[in-house]
Amino acid sequence: MAMLRRPFFWIIAAVIVAFAVAPRVGNDIELRESLLLAAVYITLASNINMILGYAGYVNFGSIVFFGLGGYFSVWLMSAHGWPLAAALVAGAISVSALALVFGLGILRLRGVYFALSTIGVNEAVMAFVANFGPWGGSTGIYLSPELFKPLGGPAQALWVIYYVLVALMGASLYLSYAVKRSKFGLGLLAIGQNEDAATMLGVPAPRYKAIVYSLSAFLPAIAGGLYFFKSAYIQPPDAFDLNLSTETIVVAMLGGQGTVAGPALGAFLYEELRGWLLTSETFSHFQLVVAGVLLLTIVLFAPGGLMGLLYRLWPRLRSFLE
Amino acid sequence: MLGLLASVLDGLLIGAVYGLASMGITLIWGVMDVVNLTHGAMIVAGMFGVYLLAGAAGVPAYATLPIVLVGGFLVGVALYWIAVHRVIGQPPLMSLLATFSVNLVLVGLGTAAWGTDLFNVPVSLPGFSLGRYTFPGTHLMAAALTGMIALALYFFLYRTRLGKAVRAVSGNREAAGLVGIPTSRVLALAFGLGVALASVAGMLIATMFPFTVLSGEAYQLKSFVVTVLGGLGNPTGALVAGLALGLLEGLTTPFIPVSWTLVIEFVLFVVVLISVPGGLPTLLRRRRSA
Repeated sequence: MAMLRRPFFWIIAAVIVAFAVAPRVGNDIELRESLLLAAVYITLASNINMILGYAGYVNFGSIVFFGLGGYFSVWLMSAHGWPLAAALVAGAISVSALALVFGLGILRLRGVYFALSTIGVNEAVMAFVANFGPWGGSTGIYLSPELFKPLGGPAQALWVIYYVLVALMGASLYLSYAVKRSKFGLGLLAIGQNEDAATMLGVPAPRYKAIVYSLSAFLPAIAGGLYFFKSAYIQPPDAFDLNLSTETIVVAMLGGQGTVAGPALGAFLYEELRGWLLTSETFSHFQLVVAGVLLLTIVLFAPGGLMGLLYRLWPRLRSFLE
Repeated sequence: MLGLLASVLDGLLIGAVYGLASMGITLIWGVMDVVNLTHGAMIVAGMFGVYLLAGAAGVPAYATLPIVLVGGFLVGVALYWIAVHRVIGQPPLMSLLATFSVNLVLVGLGTAAWGTDLFNVPVSLPGFSLGRYTFPGTHLMAAALTGMIALALYFFLYRTRLGKAVRAVSGNREAAGLVGIPTSRVLALAFGLGVALASVAGMLIATMFPFTVLSGEAYQLKSFVVTVLGGLGNPTGALVAGLALGLLEGLTTPFIPVSWTLVIEFVLFVVVLISVPGGLPTLLRRRRSA
């Protein structure tokens, strides 16, 4: 494992340990809830980054994975009595398989067309779920509190959910790191630079794009399952929340698309900023506006995001923060 | 049978307005290779334009058309200089994200101001009766106005010097610059025109159907479907494809619940993109040459 000798591997490990230990010290529930949201954002942002940052494709519908993952596992638990772990894994596998099928279709489209069709995926899936009887249509599915029992009651269950989400966050970071250092990742980066040239050099662009689309669906789908298990109900507007979908893009751009650390940094900072804004009554209405202004500023003036700025200030950072 | 015919004819009337909205997208796309993701928000801006002017200020609904048109144009020109000018010529990722972020700001401001309540603009216009069926006057009026605006756009693009400049920049921006056309200003003009068309389409839709701040998403998706169906950067194609989409909606509504419409249209969108990337015009050309 050449990776073990790289400092960045241990930086990720330190972050995971910090997330796991911090709320345990003094049993700080409020801190745990804030870190839980940060972990969800980091998971979503790291996964979208593999498409957005590496392959240079905008996925406006990434929230579909999160929402569908939630729906699959909540439905398996409530209608078929599956245990949590099995429901989560089955949900994630179904969503990834679905993404692969979608991906093989829409990823033959390039650039702008792909971006437009992801908007369509979002709208179409939402319309589909809102009309789909077994999933409760527009009323959604409610989970019985009984389901928390196997995890040792509601209070204990929340800790379990938190640790699994932190593990998912870690897995997302390692995944996007491993992909970046692999031949597959190099292929994606080449597609991002110039798809025609990459294809000429033998990168199987459509297949790579479909694989990364499907791969980036897996962990967010599990996160979605856990997230909606935690809230004990799921409805179309929550599962396919426009805000969360756009925030994922904002967060990845804020931190620096194409880097591994960037999306995590962006997600953490954004979550802190949001928590601070939400406490003010006037600002909570303007969440989208803040996100929009932030994104526009980054796109126009600092397309490299925070990591881009940091690299420019301390070029030596590149050697250990990837 | 007559019911289906009536549904199809009504679909065509509404389809004309889809075509109008899509001409806005296709114009911007064709001239500067930018997908305007503020399109939906601008349609909604047109809706609220007529709602506020007709409701609060008491202007007759159709008299707001020139105000919405000019207002949309000015907003579009401003948006071009604020958000689009810097990303012209950059990878599509950047212009998508730039217009997307403006869309976020506008939708955010809209929901902060009006929430997600349903609004409508009451317009009383006598309908046209055909046997047992009556076509709402608003639908007829919207289609008629769309026809006039499309003609005016055609006249502008093909019969005026400025329109010629727009077409020149669309054809080859660098060459147009070399012969002395102020390309940036022409791009701003085209963006303004595109936004103006979107907001007028929104205004016409508001006279026909109730709407919310978030209605833009669905109409934006319809516009994209129409745009790819009509061939990119082709205003005439957009109008024809708009009619085709309206026809399809008219044909399906008697048989399939309305809430499935978006799913069907999205599938159509992907199928067209994959099988006939040039849209209807290439399909017709292929027919003719075969």
